[in-house]
Amino acid sequence: MNRNKNAFTNGIRDGIPIALGYFAVAFSLGIVAKKAGLNPFQGFLSSFLNHASAGEYAEFTVIMANAPYIEMAFVILITNIRYLLMSCALSQRFDPDTLNAHRLLVGFGITDEIFGISIGRTGALNPYYNYGAMAIALPSWSLGTALGIVAGNILPASAVSALSVALYGMFIAIIIPVSRTNKIVGGVVIASFLASFAVSKIAFFDRMSDSMKISLLTVIIAGLAAALFPVKEEEDSEPAEVPEKEDHK
Amino acid sequence: MTHNIYLYILTAAAVSFLIRVLPLTLIRGKIKNPFIRSFLYYVPYVTLAVMTFPAIITAPQIPLAGILALIAGIIAAWKGLNMMGIAALCCAVVFICEAAAPYFL
Repeated sequence: MNRNKNAFTNGIRDGIPIALGYFAVAFSLGIVAKKAGLNPFQGFLSSFLNHASAGEYAEFTVIMANAPYIEMAFVILITNIRYLLMSCALSQRFDPDTLNAHRLLVGFGITDEIFGISIGRTGALNPYYNYGAMAIALPSWSLGTALGIVAGNILPASAVSALSVALYGMFIAIIIPVSRTNKIVGGVVIASFLASFAVSKIAFFDRMSDSMKISLLTVIIAGLAAALFPVKEEEDSEPAEVPEKEDHK
Repeated sequence: MTHNIYLYILTAAAVSFLIRVLPLTLIRGKIKNPFIRSFLYYVPYVTLAVMTFPAIITAPQIPLAGILALIAGIIAAWKGLNMMGIAALCCAVVFICEAAAPYFL
């Protein structure tokens, strides 16, 4: 029990910077939602259920275009396909006995950032850690969207600009320490930076959504890395510490 | 025909939900295949790296502020600063750069 409580508290703690960053991004998302004709409640609902920045921008574009529902389904599938990969990766961090209810809830809460911080944890993943992060980050995202619809441009541009890099700061905090101790991961990270930069500059990829680019690059680079540098058993298995097996059932 | 906004939201939500939960609920236990294991081991680092760069440069109003935030963040992470500290540092770098920019440009 105590361990779950600790995990939950840690989740909230790590969720605070995410929530702050989310609030600013969601606020600007709300401005787009308003253009698409959503009221604050609809904006809140959309953000609470979807909580995906690129996905929701795409969603509001579809609403604005008054496109068929099937187009909505397709657009969301493409823009959010990276969550499928993240969900696969997270499945390997779970204790195999984890209940379906936990799998559904943790899955529902996957965002780039929450995925990022939960991958940064060592050992088997305790769902309560994710719940802690979700408990603070998702309401912030949803309220931010609703407020953006209500209040529009009250946040000064300089504040939005500064807050916009908070999320990337968190990503750096996850990938750099591992790159420091593991040279292969370090090389993979550098290769990813370069490839991503190249793709952003090549006109051929302009029509592709950002999420599609991310998914494509991830499959290619992680695939190459896996073929060239297979991970030894002990590297990707959890540390030998006592797993939190009994607690989260 | 006009469409219902709630139906749009629910369609989007249903697709997002399925994408997010299907692998987690269907893949039970450890995958044995060494290639897939290695692939999934690298996925998070590649995804996060690809999402960070060059987006960190295009997110702020001034690209140079983003570059400096990236460099500061990497150095701080290398030195072992915690996640919240790094996020705050990156924000501060962008804020200061953009506040100072009018005096230099």
